[in-house]
Amino acid sequence: MKALLAIIHRDLLLVMRRKSEVLTALFFFVVVTSLFPLGIGADAALLRKIAPGVIWVAALLSTLLGLHRMFAADYQDGALEQLVLAPRPMVLLVTGKIIAHWIVCGLPLVLLAPVIGIQFDLDVSSLYVLMATLLLGTPVLSLLGSIGAALTLGVRGGSVLMSLLILPLYIPVLIFGAGAVYANSIGLDSSGHFSLLGALLVLALAFVPWVSAAAVKIAIE
Amino acid sequence: MTINISTTSSKPALVLEARGLCCVRGERELFTNLHLRVVSGNCLHVRGENGVGKTSLLRLLTGLSKPDSGEVLWGDQSITLDPIAYHRELLFLGHRDALKEDLTALENLQMYAALDDVSLSLEKAMATLLRFGLRGRENLPVNFLSAGQKRRVLMARMLTRQAKLWILDEPFNALDIQAVEELQNLISEHLSMGGLVVLTSHQEVSIPNVQVLEL
Amino acid sequence: MNQENNYTFSNNRLVSWFSLSSPSTFYPVAGKLIPIFWALTAVFGLAGLWVSFFVAPVDAVQGQGYRIIFIHVPASWMSMFIYLVMAAWAGLGLVFNTRLSAMMAQALAPVGAWMAFLSLWTGALWGKPMWGAWWVWDARLTSELILLFLYLGFIALQASIDNRRRADKAGAILALVGVVNVPIIYFSVKWWNTLHQGASVSLTKAPAMAQTMLWGMLLMALCFWMYSIAVGLMRVRAIILEREAHTDWVRQLSEVKS
Repeated sequence: MKALLAIIHRDLLLVMRRKSEVLTALFFFVVVTSLFPLGIGADAALLRKIAPGVIWVAALLSTLLGLHRMFAADYQDGALEQLVLAPRPMVLLVTGKIIAHWIVCGLPLVLLAPVIGIQFDLDVSSLYVLMATLLLGTPVLSLLGSIGAALTLGVRGGSVLMSLLILPLYIPVLIFGAGAVYANSIGLDSSGHFSLLGALLVLALAFVPWVSAAAVKIAIE
Repeated sequence: MTINISTTSSKPALVLEARGLCCVRGERELFTNLHLRVVSGNCLHVRGENGVGKTSLLRLLTGLSKPDSGEVLWGDQSITLDPIAYHRELLFLGHRDALKEDLTALENLQMYAALDDVSLSLEKAMATLLRFGLRGRENLPVNFLSAGQKRRVLMARMLTRQAKLWILDEPFNALDIQAVEELQNLISEHLSMGGLVVLTSHQEVSIPNVQVLEL
Repeated sequence: MNQENNYTFSNNRLVSWFSLSSPSTFYPVAGKLIPIFWALTAVFGLAGLWVSFFVAPVDAVQGQGYRIIFIHVPASWMSMFIYLVMAAWAGLGLVFNTRLSAMMAQALAPVGAWMAFLSLWTGALWGKPMWGAWWVWDARLTSELILLFLYLGFIALQASIDNRRRADKAGAILALVGVVNVPIIYFSVKWWNTLHQGASVSLTKAPAMAQTMLWGMLLMALCFWMYSIAVGLMRVRAIILEREAHTDWVRQLSEVKS
């Protein structure tokens, strides 16, 4: 437990020293969502319909942008080796890094999404549903993303490759998350979507840290 | 190839041993059937030309990479049996500094102490940094330190880490004469307290109880 | 004494089975098997094509054009099957640290990707004359597309890591993660499909299968299976030559010496 807090504290401290990196990912989220009305047209009914999908896709892409920070910086300056050699279970350290990544990349999206939702003329209950799906879904994005980040460490063209690897895995989260908001906006029950999102989160929490820890050790070899 | 290092004095409490190590990198076989044994109070200096496998050997000893055959033993037990216990007694410093540039020297020390499960009070951290001539610089981001000063922060970490076995890859690189002497003193101190050291270096090292392994 | 003999006998059998896992012993064995599988491919292919074109009846609704189903469905079956086999080989390579298993996975990936691509292409060719659209976002086709992405990701990852052993292990992790995710992805895409009720006609709603149609598909599936094995073995031999180029036994080979 202490190890978990130590690594989260460390990663958050590092982020505080380089706040600009975090803010750029958030700006990206805002800018990308603004591009869609510009590209498609500002018809309110249309915007309401595409809002869940657009906001969720933008959330996916923003998460991808921030993923390289999880391991790459530590890999380059040798700190990742030190983490592997620390007398702590690697699984705990990786989990801590994922939690720190979510706090920095995922949580702000959850808080920012309602603002974007208003831009897309979503009704209030859909805004709540949007926040809730992102709250459940963004941790899964961070978790799955850690696998891609670990596998592509130090590889040429790593970030593009990482996107190619992770985006197919993100599809179920996208479908259930955006689907919940869409279902709610047309008056259908979205609890099925929520149970599935919750199931994905539980599954990911149970398995991904081990997979990512193994992937990190392979990259370090 | 066998290297045996032993002291004539008291019973050695800790032993690092490698048996039949074989390492293949890409398509080249770097070394096969390598044996070595290091006991308390002794330092192994691994020498050889560039590319001969010194760093690979050190990484095999830490457990970061797995050998193609053979095993590494710490205290007569394979390091793969209880890696966390082995890591607790091991400090590895590789080519890269592994210092977070955005954190201060003090924060780096405290961060590593927390991760390495070592208790480090603020006074002790400050005193150690002071010993290595970093007074007044402990609150500067490591970014702003010179290469020599960064190495001094690493020396502070070596002292506060309280590890028994030090595996150091080119620790004397880019150090000025005074820093080289300080590091040698630090290593000698560690050996005299019963620690073990394995290091690589292109230069000669003047440390007591050194045995050389030529790869 | 007797027990000792039994022990060495079974030990020998175990050793000879595992010796196949060494590239140098597997290489000639694979070479001998390849022509057999090509022959089987031809046999099943001819039988399957004959059933598809001459025995299976004309469909009342879709006319003759539906016959492309005899390529489309076996190709999708094979693309999913090969992914499983590929992941299994990669997993074995990861657990037992055997190079040859990893090489098998590396060899099978492009074959599976090609099957997925073929399935998508034939799906489009089927869709156009039938429903007027080159692409329909139905659950099966969309999952097939995602499967193609998974294959391409695996191939790309292995291609970009220089260290072969690291590439093997990283690919293995990716393939295993993919295998777990494929059912999840398929389920989520079906869910998505029912929610949005896009195209009114779905490629999955196949007409009630006449016995002969099923036979045709099975024979073609067997043909594709034999083809995949034949091509897989050929590819793995090439990979063995490439990766073991520095060893003595490769340099001694007649095809290398010439």
